[in-house]
Amino acid sequence: MTYSKRSDGRKFDELREMEAKVGVIKRADGSAMFKIGKTTAYCAVYGPRNLYPKFLQNPLKGTLRVNYSMMPFSGSGNRVKPGPNRRAREISLVIEKAITPVLDLGEFPNSVIDIFIELPQTDAGTRCAGICAASMALADAGLAMTDLVAAVSVGRVDDKVVVDLCYDEEAYPDGPVADVPIAMLPNSGKISLLQMDGEISNEQLVKALKMGEVACKQIYEVQKAALKDKYKSTGDED
Amino acid sequence: MTAKQARQHIVKLLNKTARLDGRGFTEYRKPISIEYNISKSAEGSARVQIGETIVLAGVKMEIGQPYPDTPNQGGLMVGAELLPLSNPDFESGPPGIQAIELGRVVDRAIREAKAIDVEKLCITEGELCWVVSIDICTLNDAGNLFDAAALAALAALKNAKLPERDGKKIDYKKLTDEKLPIQRLPISVTVCKIADKFLVDPTNEEEEVIDARLTVAFMENGEICAMQKGGDMALTLADIEQMISIAAEKSNELRVVLDAD
Repeated sequence: MTYSKRSDGRKFDELREMEAKVGVIKRADGSAMFKIGKTTAYCAVYGPRNLYPKFLQNPLKGTLRVNYSMMPFSGSGNRVKPGPNRRAREISLVIEKAITPVLDLGEFPNSVIDIFIELPQTDAGTRCAGICAASMALADAGLAMTDLVAAVSVGRVDDKVVVDLCYDEEAYPDGPVADVPIAMLPNSGKISLLQMDGEISNEQLVKALKMGEVACKQIYEVQKAALKDKYKSTGDED
Repeated sequence: MTAKQARQHIVKLLNKTARLDGRGFTEYRKPISIEYNISKSAEGSARVQIGETIVLAGVKMEIGQPYPDTPNQGGLMVGAELLPLSNPDFESGPPGIQAIELGRVVDRAIREAKAIDVEKLCITEGELCWVVSIDICTLNDAGNLFDAAALAALAALKNAKLPERDGKKIDYKKLTDEKLPIQRLPISVTVCKIADKFLVDPTNEEEEVIDARLTVAFMENGEICAMQKGGDMALTLADIEQMISIAAEKSNELRVVLDAD
């Protein structure tokens, strides 16, 4: 069997269409929207702010809390019950670990930085879209960061190594599939999220990660452009 | 600034017929806009913006069994989530009393107006019916979530299409051209009382200091189908009359936005 043509007609190393914007949630200290294909993530950052109850405070370094959540109408099938479930809590954890390396939490003892990620529509790749939005929102909040974080899922569908799997590909019925979400710090090239499920050979995995590196750099450009766009002159003033 | 000082300041301004953001007492913020179909995952969805307040609503349809006491009717459910991403004071966790009240007030207007012909949602009497879930999610709470949420819920209903169905099985990937059986569109307007003044579309600052609020839902013919009084102070009959008449007038403005498509 061969996977000769992607279900949505993309090239095997091609990302879905992206859209990014910062400052979309005015009440937040920083916020961003990141859309890739039919997956949309909103992110709001609050903090650094005091952490309560007080016994949770860490006098040595600040706390990063990530809350990933799908809106009840955002699933491709039945309604998603609101509130955290095991899946959402694990994803929140890995997103937190993906983002921590670019922050200097030592600057904020006793405080918390809250990151809220919400998805109104989903078509696979939600944790990656959430990470992309979150790193933009942190930058929008004016926090010192050593890098942005770009994330995408790579993997294999049947005999092909692909970038940015959509739901139809994750659920490809006629052959083996592997889904490997990764997050990358584009300037250092380091990987801060790596998960995988399915079946993949060593060679395919290495090839997929290399394709993911190129894709993350493309995402990085979209993220940077969105951040710069916020401060673009409207032309009315000098 | 303490809550007391904030209140004094707002009341002082109101006595000079002024609001913090310069609006008239019965003037909504701008823009008031509706964007439809903002979630391809939902069967219907909308994003409502009033000033800086943004609310999303989505409709999901499932197959269920009618309740034994209404065997010829489908189901309708409204839920509201005050997402912690939309306001620094909202906390994660199960819905608090604020979210429950919001969901129920929106639900009541839709239910009591008979906005949806629930009998048409019945597929086989006593056995199969459509269950329509409307979920409201706040994206940015800059005040007046009640009116924004009610409008978003209606817009999402208007936008919804039935998915393809084979017996109890739904193919969510394929939406038919069939819309929901909507027969009325109730519009909710909340009027707030601060000291002896009445105003609509409160900001966060104004919401903090209100004495009372009254949410009134109107049908197309001008009749009222649901109300909810909130806030700590009691209202006189004269207050209520005046608040309802303000709400009636403003509901026409919101209806124009909903009818505009």
